[in-house]
Amino acid sequence: MIHKETRKKIFFYLSATIISCFILIPFFWMILTSFKERGALMTIPIQWLPEKISFRAYQELFSIDFLFKRAIFNSIFVSGMITFITVMSAAMGAYVFAKIDFRGREKLFSLYLATMMIPGQVTMIPNYLVLKYLGLLNSFTGLMLPSIFNAFATFMLRQNMKSIPDAYIEAAELDGASQITIFFRIVLVLSKPVLATLAVITFMGAWNDYLWPLIILTERTKMTLPIGLSLLNGQYSRRYNLLMAGALISLIPILMVYAFAQKYFEQGLSIGGIKG
Amino acid sequence: MFYKKSQKITTIILFLLPSLLGLLLFSLIPIGSSLYLSLSEWDVIGGQPQFIKLENYSNILKSEEFWRVLKNTSYFITLYIPLILIVSVTVGMLLNFKYKGIAIYRTLFFIPVLTSWVAGALIWRWVLSPEYGVVNALLGYIGIKGPGWLYDKTWAMPGIVLASIWKDTGFFGLIMLAGLQGIDSTYYEAAEIDGASNWEKFRKITLPLLSPTIFFVTVISIINSFQLFPQVMVMVLERNFAPTHVFVERIYLYAFKYYKMGYATAFSWLLFLMIFIVTMLQLKLQKRWVNYDT
Repeated sequence: MIHKETRKKIFFYLSATIISCFILIPFFWMILTSFKERGALMTIPIQWLPEKISFRAYQELFSIDFLFKRAIFNSIFVSGMITFITVMSAAMGAYVFAKIDFRGREKLFSLYLATMMIPGQVTMIPNYLVLKYLGLLNSFTGLMLPSIFNAFATFMLRQNMKSIPDAYIEAAELDGASQITIFFRIVLVLSKPVLATLAVITFMGAWNDYLWPLIILTERTKMTLPIGLSLLNGQYSRRYNLLMAGALISLIPILMVYAFAQKYFEQGLSIGGIKG
Repeated sequence: MFYKKSQKITTIILFLLPSLLGLLLFSLIPIGSSLYLSLSEWDVIGGQPQFIKLENYSNILKSEEFWRVLKNTSYFITLYIPLILIVSVTVGMLLNFKYKGIAIYRTLFFIPVLTSWVAGALIWRWVLSPEYGVVNALLGYIGIKGPGWLYDKTWAMPGIVLASIWKDTGFFGLIMLAGLQGIDSTYYEAAEIDGASNWEKFRKITLPLLSPTIFFVTVISIINSFQLFPQVMVMVLERNFAPTHVFVERIYLYAFKYYKMGYATAFSWLLFLMIFIVTMLQLKLQKRWVNYDT
């Protein structure tokens, strides 16, 4: 018996070590590189530790004509707004689909769900043309506007709102509360955990989004962090200390969000997996 | 529930308005117009789309490029799927052991999931650098001369696969963990009494009962594999390197670099068709190996 337990432990520590190394080595390499001088980057054999720690890459990152600070701000603003828009619009729709019956409701809801089948790359080109037609290319409004429709978010919230007892809503109606009051004071309050989960996954998705902003934003002052990083990648493709410093900085905000909302992240991702 | 019917209608309209507008503007109209666009020739800049029937589709299917893209994607999938399944089942099992320090591993495996693909791809482009990268340095220590990775026509895709495994392990590991936690512990207790070995328990209990989760992860990752984009864009840069040409990257290029909107949308519908066929095929084949009786 003990023998079997020991073997289990060996399996555990061995595979945990291998996978951890695989995960961690690239991160260590990123951190170490970002503190190296330019000359220490390309040496044979490679230098693991920087000879002396240098902050040059970071100083340069914020001083070259490239608007890195601006990109950080843009990313925070855009991701925050997209999260707010997605959650609000989906919650409003979900409330109707969960609690207010009307003819054809289920059919309409199936239509929402059916759109999930079509991959984003199919609608991306016409979406670009719609925004072009509306004169919203190269604007944050254009970047954020499509978030008013998110079938997956609506679905996720509707499933949850269905479990709110009708009696709560009816009681509030008898007290003369308007639908808007009911929505904000009862429905949203009771859905807080699922709203938080949705908010966290939406934020992460928006923070990491690459293709859509790449298409919509062309002006340098408007670019988000992923776009900024990929631009940096194109312009300074061999200045790895600069690139690694940029990658490291882009990680910090999302790690902070994660530290505060770990529970919601993990819940969200296991639900989000269904979306694909 | 409502005193007046008109009040109810106003509420419905008010609450559904944003998402309905979005559904129409950013989903239904685009789906319709992209079907039409895929049957036309249009460069956005001047004039109206010219209706050319199925010409875009036949041109794509006749091009050597489409088949190359399909081959590259299949190469990615054949390497990626077995690896991600092995690694994520392992991670799921690790997280399911109730040993000390497991919370640290949980966070650690999850950091790449949080990293944006662009940042992750930047890191991996550097890690896989043939002369100055860590991977080849480590291989050098054990006497193996590392390949040229992203600069080599055979090894570029495996390099992208490595980066993708690194990025996705934590995510699929958590899904596997959820699947493992759903397995009734009495099965293991009974096997224990019968004197089964660890390996037998894994083969006879864990794998069959986890098969619905494994199936789910396979379906999702194959869909994702057809859509791989940022890792290729960032890791290969704009070198126009044929061995790494993939669907989304081609669609992006045709639409937004060459402004061949019709050709690009036809390409995107072919991508949809590929995903659809492969997913349907898997749903069909699942009853041969997926076990749904608990």
